Amino acid sequence: MNTPLLEVKHLRVEFPLRRGTLLALDDISFDIAPGEILGVVGESGAGKSLTGAAIIGLLEPPGRIAGGEILLAGRRIDNLPYEEMRKIRGRQIGAIFQDPLTSLNPLYTIGRQLTETIQTHLPVGAEEAHQRAIRLLQETGIPAAEQRFDQYPHQFSGGMRQRVVIALALAAEPKLIVADEPTTALDVSIQAQIISLLKRLCKDHGAAVMLVTHDMGVIAETCDRVAVLYAGRVAEIGPVGEVIHRPSHPYTSGLMGSIPAMDEDRERLLQIDGAMPRLNAIPRGCAFNPRCPQVMARCREERPELRDAGATRAACWLVEDKAQQP
Amino acid sequence: MTTLLEVRDLAKTFDVSAPWLNRVIERQPRLFVHAVDGVSFSIERGTTLALVGESGCGKSTVARLLVGLYAPTRGEVQFDGQPTHAGRDAGELRALRRRMQMIFQDPYASLNPRWKVLDIVGEPLREHGLVPGVDALRARVSELLLSVGLDAADCEKFPHQFSGGQRQRISIARALATQPEFLVCDEPTSALDVSVQAQVLNIMKDLQKSRGLTYLFISHNLAVVRHVADRVGVMYLGRLVEVAAKAELFSQPRHPYTRMLLDAIPDIHMSGRARTPVQGEVPNPLNPPAGCAFHPRCPHANERCASERPALLAFQGIEVACHAVAEGRI
Repeated sequence: MNTPLLEVKHLRVEFPLRRGTLLALDDISFDIAPGEILGVVGESGAGKSLTGAAIIGLLEPPGRIAGGEILLAGRRIDNLPYEEMRKIRGRQIGAIFQDPLTSLNPLYTIGRQLTETIQTHLPVGAEEAHQRAIRLLQETGIPAAEQRFDQYPHQFSGGMRQRVVIALALAAEPKLIVADEPTTALDVSIQAQIISLLKRLCKDHGAAVMLVTHDMGVIAETCDRVAVLYAGRVAEIGPVGEVIHRPSHPYTSGLMGSIPAMDEDRERLLQIDGAMPRLNAIPRGCAFNPRCPQVMARCREERPELRDAGATRAACWLVEDKAQQP
Repeated sequence: MTTLLEVRDLAKTFDVSAPWLNRVIERQPRLFVHAVDGVSFSIERGTTLALVGESGCGKSTVARLLVGLYAPTRGEVQFDGQPTHAGRDAGELRALRRRMQMIFQDPYASLNPRWKVLDIVGEPLREHGLVPGVDALRARVSELLLSVGLDAADCEKFPHQFSGGQRQRISIARALATQPEFLVCDEPTSALDVSVQAQVLNIMKDLQKSRGLTYLFISHNLAVVRHVADRVGVMYLGRLVEVAAKAELFSQPRHPYTRMLLDAIPDIHMSGRARTPVQGEVPNPLNPPAGCAFHPRCPHANERCASERPALLAFQGIEVACHAVAEGRI
């Protein structure tokens, strides 16, 4: 395997509050190879978006990185000063957010927003920036790109706006795109268009993607590998087919079983009782232990680390037991 | 089986014109949105009809029309053989309304944050005068909470003390309070995480079995619809384009829009499959295309589709509104 493009090592993010500190991300480690698409899934509050925000250096205060490192192409980026980080953002890491209307400035035409981004990061003149912007709009499948260049975001539909946002994210040819729920606000027929567009463009431009979503269907269709987050920790990480079809962590199995499938009929869905713990009440040991159907005494005392479980890596004591048996 | 609910040519038009003064000064015409435009269907007792479609297709408006939150512009709803609108006196309507209840999408917005669960779930009981005193009310509410998997002690709590899934259970308990026969569920699990969604869907299925409930289930998620429904109606721009039994619809979709929707869903079990890309977007409902509303996006459209609006016709046990299907072109 090549050297990873992005390495996240033992990342901890905390929110200091008046009463104690909330540990929102606890010891998150993963990496992304160049050109790879890594999916990050989990339920609301699992820390998916926070992981993305930490990587692009846009944690909302008072949130802060309390430990660990983030390396982009071998260079540490989590401790850079604001101005340095600003140069990396956009140039080396592009970002796509959930709601395309809030990521575009309503007061500027989309053409101006695109050319501004291109000229900020790349040494090109106004004419070339204009050409590039139009080419990007065409690539993202916006019809009549020359005319739409001078229109404002409100003149675009939701799907079209998300195409503009993708064009913006790709404008400076970044090596990594952090896409945080890029299709959640869109209808299914538009979602399919945007996902295939994102996949195709990132392949063409050789960009790696960290795709944050709660939709396992999108993950299955798009990603190479997937990381399952639970209560601010990585529960399981591995190739997408393995995680979906042969999960090792009981939470992953439960999550997969609770999704209604299109090709099988079941009277009842598998359900995981209870809900994800709040950050101020994460249980001792494994965070999943109160909901786990296979909980053991050890799970309530000691926290499992990520370990090899066949093709995937899972943070579960069951996995180690399996490994010990010959 | 008997028909519990029958809807005939139901329509709702909203006036979205600019204010009078603007219309006069700027010479703007009046504008109307045909949110629901001539929808007919029926639901058998004890079964689930699901309505699916993309945002703005009018599914939620249908839900609100059925329970009487909107008055229809045209058409009729018959519940158990009795009309629910037009000229009924208030007492009769009240008695009818007790037999149908609604569950809303957002359990954060549909529960009064200042009320205790006892009051939230007990309100319909008190409103319809179904329980004699405070003790009886408390006993009945506890019973309802237990039936949706909550605890009797939760009576004294406020909504903010519950998670999203638990709140949706409170909504279900409230909807069940008057012992209705018919529940209108408007995207009941869209705001919930998948593991919690599974809990709520299981509860709804269990309740349907034990109480013989009839559901109108509205969702944009086809996988969820496939799990809960007996029959499925597909809506596009205020009209029903296809109504069929679940097995038929998912194995053999007829209408090109249904096919497109089924093609568009990413599914966890079809990793890596190539998809036919979907063309175009939903048109502006203020200015829907003439003829079949789907024709600008339809690969099978011809001149007739652009000019003549197809009616929902029975066709080999299913109902489809499509010229191409009727003519045998697809």
